[in-house]
Amino acid sequence: MTEVITQLSTFLSTDILKQPDRVIAPDEALISSGLIDSFSLMDVALFVEDTFGVRVEDTELNADVFDNLTQLAALIESRK
Amino acid sequence: MIFPERLKTLHSRTPERVAVYLQFPNRDDVPISIDQLLRGSQSFARVYERKGIEPGEVIILILQHSENLIYAFWGAILHGAIPSIMPFLTDKLSPERYRSDLAALISVTKPAAIVTYPDFEGEVRSAITEGSSVRSVIVADQIEMGLDIDFDSLSGFLRKPGDIVLLQHSSGTTGLQKGVALSHQSVFNQLDAYGKSLSLNEKDVVASWLPLYHDMGLIAGFIMPILSGIPLVLMSPFDWVRAPYKLMHSITKYQATLLWLPNFAYNFFAQKIRNRHLEDVDLSSLRAVINCSEPVRWESHQAFYKRFKDFGLNLEALQTSYAMAENVFSVTQSPLGNVPVVDEIDREAFMSERVAKSPVDGHPTIKMMSSGRPLENAKVRIVDEQSVDVPERVIGEIILKSDCMLTGYYNRGDLTEKAFVDGWYRTGDYGYIVNEDVFVTGRKKDMIIVGGRNIYPQDLEMLTYEVPGVHPGRSVAFGMFDDVQGTEDVVVIAEVDSNDVSEQQQIADAIRLHVTKNSAIALRYVNVVGPKWIIKTSSGKTARAANKAKFMDELRMKR
Repeated sequence: MTEVITQLSTFLSTDILKQPDRVIAPDEALISSGLIDSFSLMDVALFVEDTFGVRVEDTELNADVFDNLTQLAALIESRK
Repeated sequence: MIFPERLKTLHSRTPERVAVYLQFPNRDDVPISIDQLLRGSQSFARVYERKGIEPGEVIILILQHSENLIYAFWGAILHGAIPSIMPFLTDKLSPERYRSDLAALISVTKPAAIVTYPDFEGEVRSAITEGSSVRSVIVADQIEMGLDIDFDSLSGFLRKPGDIVLLQHSSGTTGLQKGVALSHQSVFNQLDAYGKSLSLNEKDVVASWLPLYHDMGLIAGFIMPILSGIPLVLMSPFDWVRAPYKLMHSITKYQATLLWLPNFAYNFFAQKIRNRHLEDVDLSSLRAVINCSEPVRWESHQAFYKRFKDFGLNLEALQTSYAMAENVFSVTQSPLGNVPVVDEIDREAFMSERVAKSPVDGHPTIKMMSSGRPLENAKVRIVDEQSVDVPERVIGEIILKSDCMLTGYYNRGDLTEKAFVDGWYRTGDYGYIVNEDVFVTGRKKDMIIVGGRNIYPQDLEMLTYEVPGVHPGRSVAFGMFDDVQGTEDVVVIAEVDSNDVSEQQQIADAIRLHVTKNSAIALRYVNVVGPKWIIKTSSGKTARAANKAKFMDELRMKR
């Protein structure tokens, strides 16, 4: 679980936010806060599938399904 | 001609023909026939009448992708009122900011009514203050449908061709937006001229995911197909951005022939679709995919073609247009049947001399793609600062004259007057002409264009100053073209007193959050820097171009 969170966090800070030094807390709001905008949601889905072999459906790309790293990691673990 | 008359004609010919196929993520497509469209719209017209809304008054529509959005819009038309579609609140924007923007809009546009959906009613009401022009907030879901159409009872038939039919609000960043007022006649003049240049015909089908509060979505992806009697397949932008492949299936299913996209969407489509999502996709029905509303890039067309050529896409289908709400929509269109003209020019001369010259051996070049030729009802000139015409290939401001211009910025006569010089509309865009082809090279002001949305850097800088730790005058915002995304990335640089990295990081976070919540713009780079980083002009103003160059140099060094 921690490993998944670390990988996700690195991807988000490096590729989406372009601030590699930025640490994203596991409970920090991602979608509802506007940290990840809608155009980047597809990138998250593609990264998750390529890295963990887990599919996140397009209808799941919203804050009701996951809004922080802990929730996204739990979703990934449950489908592995 | 007026809108209601055209609807009546369409209805008398083929009432059962489907006007719109409305698509939803977890529901079957909803086909709406002309008869249903008019019945639903008539129901709204009756409500507007009952609420005492007078023909000629403005009705603001804040609705999600739904049947009601369509009925509320055409209902206003049938009643003779002036509809204007506005975006609703999303996660990104703070409710306080939305409310104050809406209040500002109400104070200028003075609408008589606002139509919205149940969950949003409270938000709308809280933006309405004492003495406001708004007499009625209408909740769309409470309207009963039905009844045969009774054209004679609808007051929209009494409108004149020169009357204002709708307002289209510009996509500014914050605060006051300009409402572009268009007449029935202007819209029909546009549809006639644009229809000819596209050879629009009864076999056409338009597919669109574009928002209806944007001119490209409203005209090309809504009004033109409906008034031309051409089926429209309409998906929500919120669904599209999460599942772009679904539009490819819509094109396949309905054999769509026409599609309008902003430049970034070509890259988005090319990069973000899995092969498994493209099974059975056939794009061979598309006769024009028209790139519009952002600077057009040859590289983006190439990427799109490469991704979809094995799915039936014809290279000749990739087209371009230059358009703006002030001209209803299209000003130029590349002639269909051939790819748009590509002009390879010398980069140095383009940057420093503002001239599009032939390439010199061994020197770097830029591939400029033509936005096409002026429609038959439009004249385009390129002029210098003194409004004097410049020769071919010299870059200047694009000015325009046509028979489909705006009536004016609604309740803003001052702005309308400033926009024209001797009857020519000043677009604020830079470009050059070769033969008849118009090449658009950029914006006159430092405007940033992201995903088809126009953003003023000053607005973002003002928001940055509101963040604790950032002093007024010590922030600079600009756009930086991102080849991968096919659109501009927004960069904000803010200078702070501290050189402490973790403190700078915290301020960067605060800026990102504050700017996004108050403008709905996602920042790509937020660079918080120590004292004396930002370059100022001799008068103390921030020099955006110089700071951008400095930032890009630093970025290159890091890589």
